Amino acid sequence: MAHTLSRREMMMIAAAAAAVTPIGASAQSAAQARTLVDSVVASINAVIASGKSEAGMIADFESIFDRYSDVATIARYALGTDARSASRADLDAFTVAFRGYISRKYGRRFREFIGGRVEVRGERAIPRGIQVETMVVLRGQAPFRVDFHVSDASGKTLFFNIIIEGIDMLLSERTEIGAMLDARRGNLAQLIADLRTL
Amino acid sequence: MTIGSRTAIAGAMLTFGIVAGCSVAPDGVDIHDPYESTNRAIHGFNKDLDSALLRPVSTTIVQLPDELTDMLTNFAANIALPGMVLNGLLQGDLEGAAKNTVRFALNSTIGIGGLFDPAGEGGLYEETTDFGETLAVWGVPEGAYQELPILGPSTERDTVGYIVDLFIDPLGHIGPTWQSEYALAATFGSQLVDRGRFAATVDSILYESADSYAQSRLLYLQNRRFALGAGSVGAYLDPYGDDFADPYALPAADPNSGFVDPYEDF
Repeated sequence: MAHTLSRREMMMIAAAAAAVTPIGASAQSAAQARTLVDSVVASINAVIASGKSEAGMIADFESIFDRYSDVATIARYALGTDARSASRADLDAFTVAFRGYISRKYGRRFREFIGGRVEVRGERAIPRGIQVETMVVLRGQAPFRVDFHVSDASGKTLFFNIIIEGIDMLLSERTEIGAMLDARRGNLAQLIADLRTL
Repeated sequence: MTIGSRTAIAGAMLTFGIVAGCSVAPDGVDIHDPYESTNRAIHGFNKDLDSALLRPVSTTIVQLPDELTDMLTNFAANIALPGMVLNGLLQGDLEGAAKNTVRFALNSTIGIGGLFDPAGEGGLYEETTDFGETLAVWGVPEGAYQELPILGPSTERDTVGYIVDLFIDPLGHIGPTWQSEYALAATFGSQLVDRGRFAATVDSILYESADSYAQSRLLYLQNRRFALGAGSVGAYLDPYGDDFADPYALPAADPNSGFVDPYEDF
């Protein structure tokens, strides 16, 4: 009987392969990362300027998130160690629920950015891909820094993290999802159901 | 009068026993929170205070015309500048001190006592700092995480910094008397305006997150470490630091070392 790899072994191999793959320090992927963030920023600026209703802005943000970010990876990271024991179907369902949840959560805050704008300042290599630095300029306030971490590890050039003045979306969401799971005694199905309503 | 109420605040905080001297965080622990149960109780108190008073008042204040609330936030930001200049000097940050000095001079005069912000409109922004940062520059460790009554998230180092800032504020010697007289009220009012303007974000942290204490703590520590690291010498020395290997780690004082790699996690 042939030895079949466990899912965990496959993931470890994939991770090892990813680790030895040259990380996107080349000029080409830096340019791709920059192009991606330029597109994200243009879309965000358009949403801010649109003057749409909150529901409209949330819908727009969901499509921005869907198109430009590696939602599956972000969702899996947020789930943390629980992702390792989850079934494929659960993980997929969680990813879909998470995408809606995070779009609504961040989309609701767009109102605070009305009258402001986002400017792309530059990019540089980080251990996994490219960090693109932007400044958010809001009325009556010193500009603040927002960094996008961009990688092509998923096969496409997508952002996998947003860091606002040092506050890391991945870490915040892992804390949040972890607390939500704890509150539901680790019941992932319940968490998925609840995420759809948040 | 101002000094009186400030001293009272400092005294009240001392009574809470929070100036216990900075304890050193054990190696490898990114969140050092030995007082968690006390902190959580204070967090509950702060949330109650917010929902009973601060949130409703701030929601009302923010309905006022922006022109009016801008004057309040501008005034409050301006009177904080002399203290920031002093701290800049104590840190050896002459550039930051100079910027804040010019800002204070411009906004106090052309900006009519700080009600307007011509400096900011010209691109000259505040170099935010405080005595907590001065202590960090001097090499004082961060100490344990704390949540203070009314004031919210802090660390032992920042709490000491906050109290020292109350006493070393040179505003009274520099600005006109009326700036000092309205200082405390303006600062409090300005924070209410901010609470109203960023209501969606504050509400999402305090009332919509599954564990608002853990979330506030994480946000505060990350943001504070970013703010302190960004201005310090050597912040760019090691962009591929150890934190990268540990996806659970918080970014350390160096804001450029804490890259989270979700791809490496599996």
